[in-house]
Amino acid sequence: MKTLIRPALTLFLLLSVLTGLVYPAAVTGLARLFFPEQAAGSLIHRGGELVGSELIGQSFSGPRYFWSRPSATAPMPYNAGASGGSNLGPTNPALLDAVKARVATVRAAHPAQTGPVPVELATASASGLDPDISPAAAYYQVERVAQARGLPVAALRTLVAQHTEGPQWGMFGQARVNVLKLNLALDQQRP
Amino acid sequence: MNASPFWQLGLYLAVLLALAWPLGRYLAHVLDGRLSSRYAWLGRFERGVCRLIGSDPNEDMPWWRYATAILLFNIAGVIAVYAVQRLQGGLPLNPSGMTAVEAGSAFNTAVSFVTNTNWQGYAGETTMSYLTQMLVLTVQNFLSAATALAVVIALIRGFVRRSAAGLGNAWLDLGRATGYVLLPLSLLFALFLVGQGVIQNFSAYRDVKLVEPITYQQQKTDARGQPLVDAAGKPVMETVKTDKQTLAMGPVASQEAIKMLGVNGGGFFNANSAHPFENPTPLSNFAQMLSIFLIPAALCFMFGRLVGDLRQGVALLAAMTLIFIAMFAVVQWSEMHANPLLTQLGVDGSAGNMEGKETRFGIVASTLFATITTAASCGAVNAMHDSLLPLGGLVPMWLMQLGEVVFGGVGSGLYGMLVFAMLAVFLAGLMIGRTPEYLGKKIEAYEMKMVSIAILITPLLVLGGTAVAVLSKAGLAGVFNPAAHGFSEVLYAFSSAANNNGSAFAGLSVNTPFYNILLGLAMWLGRFVPIVAVLAIAGNLARKPRLAVSAGTMPTHGPLFVVLLVGAVIIVGALTYIPALALGPVVEQLQLFGH
Repeated sequence: MKTLIRPALTLFLLLSVLTGLVYPAAVTGLARLFFPEQAAGSLIHRGGELVGSELIGQSFSGPRYFWSRPSATAPMPYNAGASGGSNLGPTNPALLDAVKARVATVRAAHPAQTGPVPVELATASASGLDPDISPAAAYYQVERVAQARGLPVAALRTLVAQHTEGPQWGMFGQARVNVLKLNLALDQQRP
Repeated sequence: MNASPFWQLGLYLAVLLALAWPLGRYLAHVLDGRLSSRYAWLGRFERGVCRLIGSDPNEDMPWWRYATAILLFNIAGVIAVYAVQRLQGGLPLNPSGMTAVEAGSAFNTAVSFVTNTNWQGYAGETTMSYLTQMLVLTVQNFLSAATALAVVIALIRGFVRRSAAGLGNAWLDLGRATGYVLLPLSLLFALFLVGQGVIQNFSAYRDVKLVEPITYQQQKTDARGQPLVDAAGKPVMETVKTDKQTLAMGPVASQEAIKMLGVNGGGFFNANSAHPFENPTPLSNFAQMLSIFLIPAALCFMFGRLVGDLRQGVALLAAMTLIFIAMFAVVQWSEMHANPLLTQLGVDGSAGNMEGKETRFGIVASTLFATITTAASCGAVNAMHDSLLPLGGLVPMWLMQLGEVVFGGVGSGLYGMLVFAMLAVFLAGLMIGRTPEYLGKKIEAYEMKMVSIAILITPLLVLGGTAVAVLSKAGLAGVFNPAAHGFSEVLYAFSSAANNNGSAFAGLSVNTPFYNILLGLAMWLGRFVPIVAVLAIAGNLARKPRLAVSAGTMPTHGPLFVVLLVGAVIIVGALTYIPALALGPVVEQLQLFGH
């Protein structure tokens, strides 16, 4: 046993330095060299000011913006310092109450829409930071935003289409619209 | 067509096999020392490292010495992870000023990462400093995987060697697994992930000016920072307006790569692989799914090569794949349906159950991930399993309960499946009245005792732990969802811990002394009792001669054996767990769809 303790400790220290210091430092150096923007968080600046990350959603609830998915982070939605989902089970009354309230809010804000509410606007994401909604959920909101901004509906439909990303490489994931990028483009078109 | 679940599954399996085949060849060369005996300089380097750490490079350890070495190495890991968490407040690389982790939580996390479980009672971005994430958590992602690789190599030597006393040199095996396999693969994969958008930096958390300011409710606090309650004991709420969002940062990609390749699963962030900074694109998601099964699948090919009959490895891989495909079909079928209660409220049901899932992945990439991460002992999640529909949650739970042998962990999946293979030949032997043998080694009473210990320890921990938790106040206090789903949360937690998976029905509040200690014990025993039993089997097998194949030998490479093996895994898992599962997800399924 004694002849095993020293190798156990020294090998542990050696491999700790290798995998816990040298390796992350090497990845950081190479990442900075090849992918500096991604490594820093795919940040978006507007007028010199940091206004978000392409990958992290933000909460929108006013009439002039496309809305993101509901977020279950605490204490505020889209808290990118404390990610997480609702963890509500499918039969939990709290889930049903939350969804009922969201459906009512969405319906009240979109009187022109008579069909069912797109699922992304009624359910919370896994991370609470989902940057995307489905194209269906974006088109659902077009009339409301057009009216609030005084823009033609057709122009907004085009904008949504331009911001729709198909499945990656044509085969991975599904079509989606990045809400923050869409809203920034909207501000640019008519601030 | 591309979104069709079975097209995605087919693509996944095709790419997996195409990558696992060459990797299996590579593993067979490096892990058993063939490469270092071919290249003299590599052999000299390895002997130099051995002397540096104070061990004899030519030592051939008997099984108990091999097991002691593995245990000591892992105990050193537990102490290091615990100590750095407790001291992180005074250590460098802590721009967000994280303070010492509470003792119970630090113990739980230390055991969790050392046992390759990577169960997380804490939220990464609000608890751990960058130094802790790197120097102990990332390290254990490597070393726990290396540990299981060493154990499986030792077990294979038990089959291959004839009348031998030793199982090899544990230090060399640990070092080779880390240095030749895990480290280079992780480096490549980490860079790929950064290219997709996974962050890798040491910046302090970044403040963003929101495009639209938000108002929200939060509990008011008094001057000392204590939350305020009114006379009736209800929290006093205040409305706050802010135009600031704080983005958590950190060296994520380096940890993410080994988190998947080592089948560990402990996220840098609380939301794990659902967090856009951990898993930003559908392509990164596909690659993460591949990296979970990559080494476990390659090990099957390596096994076949090392025992001198590739078909033996292919048979194990076929059994794993069959169970996996069937399980995926159930989860996918469950989740493509909407929750009927939400459809009644006016929600569009055509997109399936999207609560707790990310838009960029959708249903198929989420269900495939959920099946893979629980078939393997990974436990990373890209969707919240607590919000899966009842059958969609039952399958991940049962896949863990099968003992994490369907691909399973790096190394642990293969040695777990080999334990079941011995059980299968034993059952077949009983049926035809012959002494069972596997790969030319007689499977006798001693082996079967150890096989029984390895297979039965986890059900004991899972069912015993769940029973203790649901019978005690402290256990019930953590339950978040009401009724049958609450029971599922507890059962899932113990299934995950004892089988070293690490995923959760995360509504359960587990960062309490009760769960930290109980789940910590379940993880430790669920990991090291089977490891010692497996090494004991290996030691005993190595001592035996290898029998020649005769007309009476049951072949263990054909379809008949695959069926027997699948049967052994499924029957043990079903007999043990169906009663418990009936109380949780089955009841909930009937409540949701029964009328």
